[in-house]
Amino acid sequence: MNIQDIRRQFPILDQEVNDHPLVYLDSSATSQKPIQVIEAVNQYYREYNSNVHRGVHTLGTKATDAYEGAREKVRKFINAKSLEEVIFTRGTTTSLNTVAASYAAANLKQGDEIVITHMEHHSNIIPWQQVAKRTGARLKYIPLQEDGTLSLEDVREAITDNTKLVSVTQVSNVLGTINPIKEIAKIAHEHNAVIVVDGAQSAPHMLVDVQDLDCDFFAFSGHKMCGPTGIGVLYGKKHLLENMEPIEFGGEMIDFVHLYESTWKELPWKFEGGTPIIAGAIGLGAAIDFLNEVGLEQIAEHDHKLAAYAMDKLSSVEGITIYGPHDAAKRGGLVTFNLTDVHPHDVATVLDAEGIAVRAGHHCAQPLMRWLNVTATARASFYLYNTEEDIDRLSEGLVKAKEYFSDVF
Amino acid sequence: MSSNLDALYRRVIMDHYKKPRNRGILEDGSHTINMNNPTCGDRIQLTFKVEDGIVEDCRFEGEGCSISMSSASMMTEAIKGKKVEDALRLSKIFSDMMQGKEIDEDMDLGDIEALHGVSKFPARIKCATLAWKAMERGLTEGEKE
Repeated sequence: MNIQDIRRQFPILDQEVNDHPLVYLDSSATSQKPIQVIEAVNQYYREYNSNVHRGVHTLGTKATDAYEGAREKVRKFINAKSLEEVIFTRGTTTSLNTVAASYAAANLKQGDEIVITHMEHHSNIIPWQQVAKRTGARLKYIPLQEDGTLSLEDVREAITDNTKLVSVTQVSNVLGTINPIKEIAKIAHEHNAVIVVDGAQSAPHMLVDVQDLDCDFFAFSGHKMCGPTGIGVLYGKKHLLENMEPIEFGGEMIDFVHLYESTWKELPWKFEGGTPIIAGAIGLGAAIDFLNEVGLEQIAEHDHKLAAYAMDKLSSVEGITIYGPHDAAKRGGLVTFNLTDVHPHDVATVLDAEGIAVRAGHHCAQPLMRWLNVTATARASFYLYNTEEDIDRLSEGLVKAKEYFSDVF
Repeated sequence: MSSNLDALYRRVIMDHYKKPRNRGILEDGSHTINMNNPTCGDRIQLTFKVEDGIVEDCRFEGEGCSISMSSASMMTEAIKGKKVEDALRLSKIFSDMMQGKEIDEDMDLGDIEALHGVSKFPARIKCATLAWKAMERGLTEGEKE
C-alpha cells in the first residue's frame, strides 16, 4: 500500500489551508473522496441520469443496472447471503431508525428490555429511547471499563431473558474501542434477542462479514468510506426483514395499490420508498471498488499503525489526556484527547490556523462525555490517506496550542 | 504563530477567560435562564436581578471555550447597571458586530470591542453569541416564579 499513490487519488488533499498544506484528520466525521467516486457520480449525471425500475428506455435500464450493481457490491463487501438483505438508506442514522420504527416498535412490549452501551452515538441511543417510550420496554446500558472497553461479564449481566434487542457500535467514534461483536451476538442469541450493530466507524476501516458476526442488523454510511453523503446501508437477516413493515410509503415500494389497501414489493425494495439515492449508491459502489483494490486488511493495518504512532507521539505532549483503550491493538484509527487548560474548541481553532482539521465537541455522544466527565474533547481520526507526517504536524500543532495559550496568560 | 489568531484571542479576552467577572449564581435573582449550544456542548446559566427596569446585578455559570466564557464575562460586566432596553440594544449591537456589520453607535462597548475578531472565524461566532442570546431571552421572557 503506497500512501503517496493513494493520496494522489484524492484531489482535495492537494491544497493549502490557512497557508499550510492541509492535514485532514477528521475522517471519522466524513472521509474524503477519491477521484474514482467523484467521476462515477459525475458520469451518472452526465451520461445516463434516469430513474430506476421504471419505464423501458435505455438510460433507465443503464441506471437500474448501475444502482442494482452497487447493491451487489455492497452485498459482497459485507458478505450478506442475498441481495434481499441489502437495503439502501440515507445513512447509518436512517438505518438504525428503520430497525427501531419497524422491527422494534412492532415486536417489543412492556416488560421487554433494550440493551445498549455507554459509548453509543446519539443515533444509536435516541431511536431506542423512543421505542422504549412507545412500547413501555426498558432501556438498559452496559457500563464501560476504566479504559473504555466492554467486559463480556458486564454484557452477560445486562442481557437477560427479557432482553429483546441489543444494539452496539462495532467501533466507538470517540474512544476508538473495537467491541467484540461476535461474542455479544452469541450472548444476545442465547437469550433470543436480536442484535443490531452500528457499523458507521467499522465498515470503512475493517473487513466486515455479517454472517461471521452473526448480527441480525448492521447499519453503515457511505460517506465515511470514501463514498458520497446521503447514502447508507441497512443489512438485515432475510427472515426478519420479511416480517417487517415498511416505514415509508409511496412510489417504488408498492406491488398493487387499490383504493383502500396496498401491497408491497418484495425485499429489498419494500423499504426503498420514493426515487432512491441513485447517484449515491453508484458512488458507494465505486468507493467499494476502490477500497477493495487497496484492500480492507491493509487499510485496517495502516489505521492501527497510525493510531499506535499517534498514541505514542501525542503522549509526549505536555498536559495531554488521551481517552479510550491504551492498547492500540484494541482500537480503531482515531485518538480523542484534551489538553489541560485549553478548551478543545480553542485547540481546534489553533490547529486550523496550521492547516490541520480535527473535530472538537461532544461527537454526538453526550452520555459518553458525561462518563468521561468532560463536556467536549478534540479528536484526530485517520484513514488510508494519512501519514505519520500528518501526526507529526498534529503533535507540533498541539505544542503550539499549548504555548499559545500559556503565553497569552 | 499568526496575527490571525491574535485577532481572535486578544489579551483582554484571555483575561476574562482566566479571571471571569461575575461568575456564580445570584441567590436573590429575579430571572434565571439556561442555554446551551447543542452542537458543541457549551452551556451557560444566567441569573439577573432586575429592579425598576434596571439590571441591578447579573451572574453567569457555565462551561465552554475561551470565547464563550470570556464573552459571558464581558456581557455581565457590560449590562450591569443598564436599563433592560439598553442591555437588549447592546445585544443587537453585539450581534451586528459578529456578523461583521459596521457599528454606528454611541454606546461605549468597552472590553466587548475585543471580540470583534471573532467575526472573522465563522465557526466560532456561536461561541461568542451564546451568553448574549441567553441574556436576550432571559430579559425578554418571564420572570422567575
